[in-house]
Amino acid sequence: MYDWLTEHKIPLGLWLRDFVDLLTTHGQGFFDFVSLVLGALIGGFTDALLWVPPLLLIALFGLAAWLVHRSIGLVVFIVGALLLVTNLGYWSATMETLSLVICATLVCVVVGVPIGIAAAHRPWLYTAIRPILDLMQTIPTFVYLIPTLVLFGLGAVPGLISTVIFSIPAPIRLTHLGISSVPPALYEAGKAFGATKTQLLFKVELPYALPTIMAGITQCIMLSLSMVVIAALVGADGLGKPVVRALNSVNIAMGFEAGLAIVVLAIVLDRVCKRPERRSRKG
Amino acid sequence: MPAVEFRNIDIVFGADQKNALKLIDEGRSRDEILAATGSVLGAAGVSLAIERGEICVLMGLSGSGKSTILRAINRLNEVARGEVLVEHNGAAVDVARCSEETLRDIRMHTVSMVFQQFGLLPWRTVRDNVGFGLELRGMGAAERNRIVDEKLAMVGLTNWSEKYTNELSGGMQQRVGLARAFATDADILLMDEPFSALDPLIRDKLQDELLDLQRRIHKTIVFVSHDLDEALKLGNKIAIMEGGRIVQAGTAEDILLRPATAYVAEFVKHMNPLNVLRGTAVMRPAASLAREGDEVVLDKDGHVRLKVDGEGRPLSLDLDGRAGLLATADGEAGLIDDKLAHDADCIVAPVDLKLKAAIELKRHTDLPILLVDSLGRLAGLCDDDEIYRGLLRRLDG
Repeated sequence: MYDWLTEHKIPLGLWLRDFVDLLTTHGQGFFDFVSLVLGALIGGFTDALLWVPPLLLIALFGLAAWLVHRSIGLVVFIVGALLLVTNLGYWSATMETLSLVICATLVCVVVGVPIGIAAAHRPWLYTAIRPILDLMQTIPTFVYLIPTLVLFGLGAVPGLISTVIFSIPAPIRLTHLGISSVPPALYEAGKAFGATKTQLLFKVELPYALPTIMAGITQCIMLSLSMVVIAALVGADGLGKPVVRALNSVNIAMGFEAGLAIVVLAIVLDRVCKRPERRSRKG
Repeated sequence: MPAVEFRNIDIVFGADQKNALKLIDEGRSRDEILAATGSVLGAAGVSLAIERGEICVLMGLSGSGKSTILRAINRLNEVARGEVLVEHNGAAVDVARCSEETLRDIRMHTVSMVFQQFGLLPWRTVRDNVGFGLELRGMGAAERNRIVDEKLAMVGLTNWSEKYTNELSGGMQQRVGLARAFATDADILLMDEPFSALDPLIRDKLQDELLDLQRRIHKTIVFVSHDLDEALKLGNKIAIMEGGRIVQAGTAEDILLRPATAYVAEFVKHMNPLNVLRGTAVMRPAASLAREGDEVVLDKDGHVRLKVDGEGRPLSLDLDGRAGLLATADGEAGLIDDKLAHDADCIVAPVDLKLKAAIELKRHTDLPILLVDSLGRLAGLCDDDEIYRGLLRRLDG
């Protein structure tokens, strides 16, 4: 019985390989196009960030943090942290990572939020995509790194795609949660005053769900950041590269510094993305 | 043409509408229909006409179907069968069957709504909440602000326009809800237990404000309440519902004095009749009084006589040969100068005088209160006996 079972192996892996082969032969044009667009997006972002002199950019980040949060402590922390990264010699790697994170988050929001909204309006759709989302978050990253590598070639694009696969469930889930928790009373108030479906979405549902969606986006940023080392394995530039190189050459100093830069970037992004408390206008 | 008319409507929540309707036709109860089809009976065979300018209160315990039929007026609930006619741009439109565009037009211009839990949008300021309906219409900011300011002044919230709604007390939040409903200038106002989430003092105050506003703006108001005192205070017409059906519809006095079923009688048993009953219901009619020529005899012994003119208007009072002093009280509340009331031998009051006011006036005089109709003709009189019988609701005995 056991022998029979092991001798008649279901060729699951082969099927999937054939499927990927099929995609490469027939969809190469499409994948090349996607690769081109995403590559240009990341490249453009990185070039823009690196074009500005580092100190000026650090000052701009500080100013932006001040405008959003009005907290002098936060500004001091951000400027200090970014100066430390520059001092360690990881400025351009940090900007490359930042660019990857921003692009991944952008793709996640553009794709994930509409999916979340659609799923909230159609319970069957959510039932259908939930196992897929679970799969995307639990399947080991390396597994889909291989086919993305085959389909999109070496470089930043497969890194970006893998990052998106890993982090897009967060905005989808939280958008779904936010939209489906709109109180029926608000929904009815909108309808009773003659709102169309579009008006309901933009004037009732999205504003109500905004804090939850923002939490989803913040989570998405953090998840993207946690993928930088993996992305470096398929050739994406950024802070992951020195970590991988340090691992291969058992370089404790370089590994620690690059790791610290990632942590610093993570804390900065987290603090900046935290939604400021809504101020009540005192009059 | 009534402003709103239900014609034999049935509302069923659930998938199996067809079988549920069949069971409704067989006169089955809500529980039986639920057991047989898994669908919940919302309303069955409801017919009701609400005239323009009327406050109609839909009254009943929770689950009686009052909110259900209210929501059929702007189709927040779908009607399974029957017609819901709403006067829209001068024509009666069947809301249950009209097109999406017509429905939207009705919701934007003809019917507006106030919600129990206020239904305000917490991320918007008071001003933007009040202007919500106008914004949905696509009205420009300048005109919208003008209207919003006007409505905020109407509900006394002018100084609060830039606050967020969660900074306001419950009573103020519901004023915002009212202002939002008024802002679209709809003729028909749906109010779904608007005051039940508020504490009793605030509730009473808002009821008074609503009545005061209604005297100025004359909307058609459909009001849902589970509180009988509120219903009797506000309603020109009251419809009492039980198990999705209307068991009695009529004026407050009607329901109090002539309950149609044991359920209604039980409902109104502990009701205070003082603010509900009027002179017309309790008085001894003028036709039943003894007359001698142009004089009406007011007491048993014939010592007190009232001289009336050819039309029946009171002229003078004769107290066993002495001329008595007649004084007049005004309105349903029987307003009169204290000193005048004290000096008067007999008080003349309008026939729609409230029972509570009649008791007030009766303190000043031993003689019965003379009730006169709108032309000043003697309609009847109200003495201690009439008041007691009114309080005990033994008017037919």
